[in-house]
Amino acid sequence: MDIPYTVEVRRDTGLNNGKIGIWLFLASEVMLFGALFASYILIRTGSPSWPRGDTVLDYRLATFNTIVLITSSVTMVMAWASLMRRKFGTFRIYMAATVLLGGVFLVVKYFEYSHHLHLGEYPSHSNFFAIYYTLTGLHMLHVLGGMAVNAYFWGPGAKLWDKNPTWFTNRVEHSGLFWHFVDLVWIFLFPTLYLL
Amino acid sequence: MSDHAVTHDHDDHAAHDPAEIDRHVRVYIMVFVALMVLTIVTVAVSRFHLSVPVAVAVALLVATVKGGLVACYFMHLISEKKLILAVLGLTAAFFVVLLALPVLTHSDGFWIPQPAPAQTDAEHK
Repeated sequence: MDIPYTVEVRRDTGLNNGKIGIWLFLASEVMLFGALFASYILIRTGSPSWPRGDTVLDYRLATFNTIVLITSSVTMVMAWASLMRRKFGTFRIYMAATVLLGGVFLVVKYFEYSHHLHLGEYPSHSNFFAIYYTLTGLHMLHVLGGMAVNAYFWGPGAKLWDKNPTWFTNRVEHSGLFWHFVDLVWIFLFPTLYLL
Repeated sequence: MSDHAVTHDHDDHAAHDPAEIDRHVRVYIMVFVALMVLTIVTVAVSRFHLSVPVAVAVALLVATVKGGLVACYFMHLISEKKLILAVLGLTAAFFVVLLALPVLTHSDGFWIPQPAPAQTDAEHK
């Protein structure tokens, strides 16, 4: 049985089901990160002293990662635009770039974490490091998940393009929405943890 | 949902012509440049070592502008259907409540009337 409303829009919502589904999921994600941001505010304002992020973390690495993630958002949207132009080869180049940039982000994060762990700055070291590992760790899991889905659409999932290009384009758009959300969360995490 | 409620129109993807996509791509590149500039602004402002309230206000303002650009243009919210905007409006309202919770804890029980401080013997005399 075919999955309904993958390409056609429902008259009641004016959307295909994938689009409304991903936005509802992202709404739940806003609340997930919102709860953690609220915890951060509570812990920081309740603490007698709080270190400036750039005195304990490397803001240069984080700035580099911000540029990497923003660039990956552009390559993601260009991948989708390539499908809209029906240029599958160009889509593959942009999608590969998106996945690779996600990989660069994770490698930088690996060096960052390694450095802090080597100094004995575990989550139990202080409230600052507890919330730092929680927020960046959860964000990192999202980067990993987004990369997995994007790699699938670059590789085996791309077979759908031959059978139903519009459905495939929609799926890439939905995957892109998640990827942009991950970028959006980092845009707020970066100044909050590394600069303030 | 019964079949009669289905419209067999494809979504608006199929209706996009190459010129329109080219216009979108130009916008994406402009947004990309703006995001890079704002990232540099964020870092540059942090080097001035402003007081914490001012630094927080500036950093969050710039982050909100950046986030708005990503949401409006990369996530296409600027031309999205009303249903999705309504869902996100509701989410935003609950998000604000969530972030306001720590504020309430700091003014712990401000709505509870406090007893007047007891007078000391010296005050009685």
